[in-house]
Amino acid sequence: MKKIEAIVKPFKLDEVKNALGEIGVTGMTVLEVKGFGRQKGHTEVYRGAEYVVDFIPKVKIEAAVPAELVPAVLERILTAAHTGKIGDGKIFVYDLEEVIRIRTGERGREAL
Amino acid sequence: MTLFLGKWMKWMLCLAALMLVAGMVLPAAAADEMKPADGAPAVGSSAPAAPVAPAPAFTKEMADAIAGQKIAMDTIWVMLTAFLVFFMNLGFGLVESGFCRAKNTVNILFKNFVVFAVSSVAFLLLGFGLMFGDGNPLFGISGLFFASGADNSPAMGDAYQGVYHALNWTGVPFWAKFFFQLVFAGTAATIVSGAVAERIKFKSFVIFTLFMVAVIYPIGGHLIWGGGWLASKGFLDFAGSTVVHSIGGWAALAGIIVLGPRMGKYGQGGKVNAIPGHSMTSAAIGVFVLWFGWFGFNPGSTMAADGLSIAHVATTTNVAAAAATLSSMIMAWALLGKPDLGMTLNGCLAGLVAITAPCAFVSVPSALIIGIIAGILVVLAVFFFDRIRIDDPVGATAVHLANGVFGTIALGLFADPTVCPAAAVARKGLLLGGGMAQLGPQLLGVGVIAVAVFLLSLGFWYVTKALSNGIRVSEEEEMEGLDYHEHGNSAYPNFQLVERR
Repeated sequence: MKKIEAIVKPFKLDEVKNALGEIGVTGMTVLEVKGFGRQKGHTEVYRGAEYVVDFIPKVKIEAAVPAELVPAVLERILTAAHTGKIGDGKIFVYDLEEVIRIRTGERGREAL
Repeated sequence: MTLFLGKWMKWMLCLAALMLVAGMVLPAAAADEMKPADGAPAVGSSAPAAPVAPAPAFTKEMADAIAGQKIAMDTIWVMLTAFLVFFMNLGFGLVESGFCRAKNTVNILFKNFVVFAVSSVAFLLLGFGLMFGDGNPLFGISGLFFASGADNSPAMGDAYQGVYHALNWTGVPFWAKFFFQLVFAGTAATIVSGAVAERIKFKSFVIFTLFMVAVIYPIGGHLIWGGGWLASKGFLDFAGSTVVHSIGGWAALAGIIVLGPRMGKYGQGGKVNAIPGHSMTSAAIGVFVLWFGWFGFNPGSTMAADGLSIAHVATTTNVAAAAATLSSMIMAWALLGKPDLGMTLNGCLAGLVAITAPCAFVSVPSALIIGIIAGILVVLAVFFFDRIRIDDPVGATAVHLANGVFGTIALGLFADPTVCPAAAVARKGLLLGGGMAQLGPQLLGVGVIAVAVFLLSLGFWYVTKALSNGIRVSEEEEMEGLDYHEHGNSAYPNFQLVERR
């Protein structure tokens, strides 16, 4: 089992969600986050004075998936979240030790 | 499930009962209507041709009836517009809270809310008497407390026998005069709250508001509207560019100087840091409300249902606001590269403030020019006050002070006594060939009010400081927000507030 964390542009959330749904990802958790990478924020103007917004709003999608689904998941996210401009985000893949469904107590792949 | 059904049953029963009652009552009522009234002649029966009546003599009863109608209409107009001006408190609350950070929202809203309550009490206790009571050229002496001097309003002019002669030009009942003047006093006080926002102790603001409405505003107002020294010099201010906005602006400026800037506003080497407000939605709605309220502020200042003047004033007011909105938008666009909503909102208010004094005395095209200048002036004023490190979170000084002064002077430039009945008291402005006849008194008034109100306010700010053991919150409180420390709660409890500083 693997855990996928994808940080994407907020307006790309729907496309990524739909793309993952199509290949059988059954659940995901979404977080509103802020951060920066190499783009290092942007400037805004308020009543005549400029200021730097360091942390740009992003959405983080977390999904736990069977290991064999990972290549398809990555391919789908790469396609759906891609704009080609700076700030498209990143994907992180982790090994997942255990999953437990709280309602039934099922463990491992059964619980995904 | 049974409970659910039970509820439905009850409703159905109620409905059925209603229908039953209606079914019994309605036909009976209908039958009543159809019964011809006893003894009433059928309409259209052979009535004898009415003889041509001689023209009735104009009796005293008829004159009284007409005068009564005029008083009623004047009173309705004055009260209606006073209610509109009251509504401006909502506008100020929205603008100021929108332009401030989320962590100070309860505090700003609370100040805007309590300010009208304090004003109402302070103006009744002392303010009205000091402003409008008969007295010397500097302040009123008669009928000082509780607005309880002798008064026989709505008698006007020479027929008026009371102690508030300064208001004998309007034929409305006494409490209409009082209420209308009260909402103006409240407006002057509420201008201060935005300028000193995000760092003043709540207690200190309440104390200063009391001084503001009980003493500072009435003394400045007596000079101009209370038959005082500036009034005798021919100084004119139709609805209060000076009386309300400049006085509020000078008091605000004094407060900012005593308080100092917010932490983090000014960096090393003259750098001005932006401290963005938390809701442009609130700010924009607030300005809409103020624009609307201004249709009470200026047209209401006729204090009479004088159709020509009201229509003229409403039009000059609106055209100045519109012109200032556009000119400030273009100015900010040119200087900053993009159309800036915050600046444009301030621009609209600047146009409204600037036209407040001259609205009844200038032509509609002149109002357009005044508006254009006001919109440019406010953008420059925002930059100027930031340059000299006057930290004003909502732009109250740029809007109310700079444009209050400008509007008062503009009256002296553009005045034309023929534009509407209310303009008859004005002399021709400089640009219409009147020389200094009207401009002179205007410049004198601006100078006198500047010195008098600024010094008076500065004094009362120091008194306030002494009374409330310092007027500024602690650094820790400023960082964490006044909401939590001053009031122990927050405006947005279900959100985590992330602020830059």
